[in-house]
Amino acid sequence: MTARNVRDADVLVLGGGPAGAWAAWSAASHGARVVLADKGYLGSSGATAPGGSNLLYLPPDAELRERAVAKRMAGGGELSEARWIHRVLDGVYESLALVERWGYPFVRDEHGEPLRNHLQGPEYMRLMRRVVRRAGVTVLDQSPALELLADRHGVGGAWGLDRLTGAEWEVRAPAVVLATGGCAFLSKGLGCNVLTGDGLLMAAEAGAELSGMEFSNSYGTSARYSTVTRNRLLSMATITAADGTVLYAGDGVLPRDAIARALLDGPVHAVLDRADTAEKRALLRTSHAVFFLPYDRRGIDPFTQPFPITMRFEGTVRGTGGIRLVGDGCETSVPGLYAAGDAASRERSHGGQSGGGAYNASWAICSGRWSGAAAARYAATAGSRARRLAPVGAAGLRSGSPDTIDTASVVAAVQRETLPLEVSHFRSVTRLRRALAAVDDLWPAVLQRPAPGVRGRVRSRETAAMVATARWMHTASLARTETRGMHRLAEHPAPDPAQRHRLVLTGLDRVSVRTEEVPA
Amino acid sequence: MIELVSDSRCTGCGICVKVCPTNVFDGAVGEVPVIARQGDCQTCFMCEAYCPADALYVSPLADETEHVDEDALAEAGLLGSWRSRLGWHKGQTRLAAIDTTPFLHRVEPVRLDG
Repeated sequence: MTARNVRDADVLVLGGGPAGAWAAWSAASHGARVVLADKGYLGSSGATAPGGSNLLYLPPDAELRERAVAKRMAGGGELSEARWIHRVLDGVYESLALVERWGYPFVRDEHGEPLRNHLQGPEYMRLMRRVVRRAGVTVLDQSPALELLADRHGVGGAWGLDRLTGAEWEVRAPAVVLATGGCAFLSKGLGCNVLTGDGLLMAAEAGAELSGMEFSNSYGTSARYSTVTRNRLLSMATITAADGTVLYAGDGVLPRDAIARALLDGPVHAVLDRADTAEKRALLRTSHAVFFLPYDRRGIDPFTQPFPITMRFEGTVRGTGGIRLVGDGCETSVPGLYAAGDAASRERSHGGQSGGGAYNASWAICSGRWSGAAAARYAATAGSRARRLAPVGAAGLRSGSPDTIDTASVVAAVQRETLPLEVSHFRSVTRLRRALAAVDDLWPAVLQRPAPGVRGRVRSRETAAMVATARWMHTASLARTETRGMHRLAEHPAPDPAQRHRLVLTGLDRVSVRTEEVPA
Repeated sequence: MIELVSDSRCTGCGICVKVCPTNVFDGAVGEVPVIARQGDCQTCFMCEAYCPADALYVSPLADETEHVDEDALAEAGLLGSWRSRLGWHKGQTRLAAIDTTPFLHRVEPVRLDG
């Protein structure tokens, strides 16, 4: 066995999607020595890189901003804080100017104004890799983190595996930023299979809390056989149920309930026939270009030939739940531990509704910057302490049990209790109770020995994280006995004014829930 | 899922091994990589985007494998087609520079996020 490769840093960032990239750049710009470790590759990993992101790009006009804030407060089920929405709008506006200065070629309108409300994922993340490296950050690719290290002062590092060599790595750093993304349960939404809730599990093991886990019930629409979950261009479609009923006629907001119901009865087809001129088709093709890739490769003309669609579960990725933040620098309740992007609870700005990719993409930038800066400041003051660090995890890592985790069967079981539309789109108390009992029963299975080999060890941890995340999601969903933001319960179809609070979860072996008032 | 690493095109640069988010490939620099864990492929097309030799093909089918014929893919212009769409071949205009997403609202019935 090779010796563990140990290094020191001021700030360790786990995750190389946009939030991790911004966090690493921000910490390095504040003078910190930074290591960024990603499970895959900074530049291709995560939900952003393969596709693209809309952004909340609003000029600093007081009236425009106030209107946007009011709209978000209502859309988020009154669980957001106006000050945090303003922070995001300010932060993303300023940050996108930087992105352009770094070399992103934003298109311009007829007056020469740059149009900064959309980023093509591959270009954006390739640029962010360059920016991060130029800032002096040490990047560890193909290096999934498995566990946090902590002592009585708080978190002080992490260790993991290098998937290419099998060697273990360890980084000791007084501040750790979790930017590992949300959890989509290996549902194969575009770029989402690296998002297995790893950071949520690591944070909870260190004693951090979760919040908003009930806001985790979104699905992305793709061709049935494909992974390309892009919803927006479907606004140009006609969508038809198996019996010929037209569910959507290109005339407004997609009727997700009707589409989901029709999918339970049989195949549903879409055709982009509202793009009825060569000019419109050309415009669509150079917007969300990845949308067309599956059809072009299947020899299908999506403008004239109907294609079957499906809905892929996006879990907490296009939700708002995650690690609870207690301060403006995205501090968690554990000293030295920060959370950014989809790993963090986004409730402070979005409330209970992510409302499409623009919010989460903007949040990734801002929370990345805030957490990186705060982590660098913290490291500067806390960095010289003597530490007695020890690993804090258990599930999927080490066990006295003689039995090995059967990752494939546990993953299949947790998927049965999360992915189906009957469980997570048409949420009901009766179905969720069964789902929660089933995922609770899976917890002992991930307390067995990890599967062997590099892939086995990583997948065992991912499996544990998915089981834990499913338990938190279902627990929170049953605790919120109302319909608010994106969360819905069939038995409780209206908002309950008495439940205008957040739900904070703690614990792994036993999960407990408390309520928290929304700060004014 | 990833279906092809072209022996004749591959230069053994190792980029696909390094960039694959789900660690599908095995192989050292200087070797033609092997598709070692095809079932872990998340069909994100990133390896194709980054391959400088147009040596990879990712089938759009997420859940089933598909037999592919390299000559037929080359004939159909599919090898390197995603990299080309992104404008990442030498001398091409980048997709980001001609992105029409900011103009979508001109043809959309209503503005949707996502």
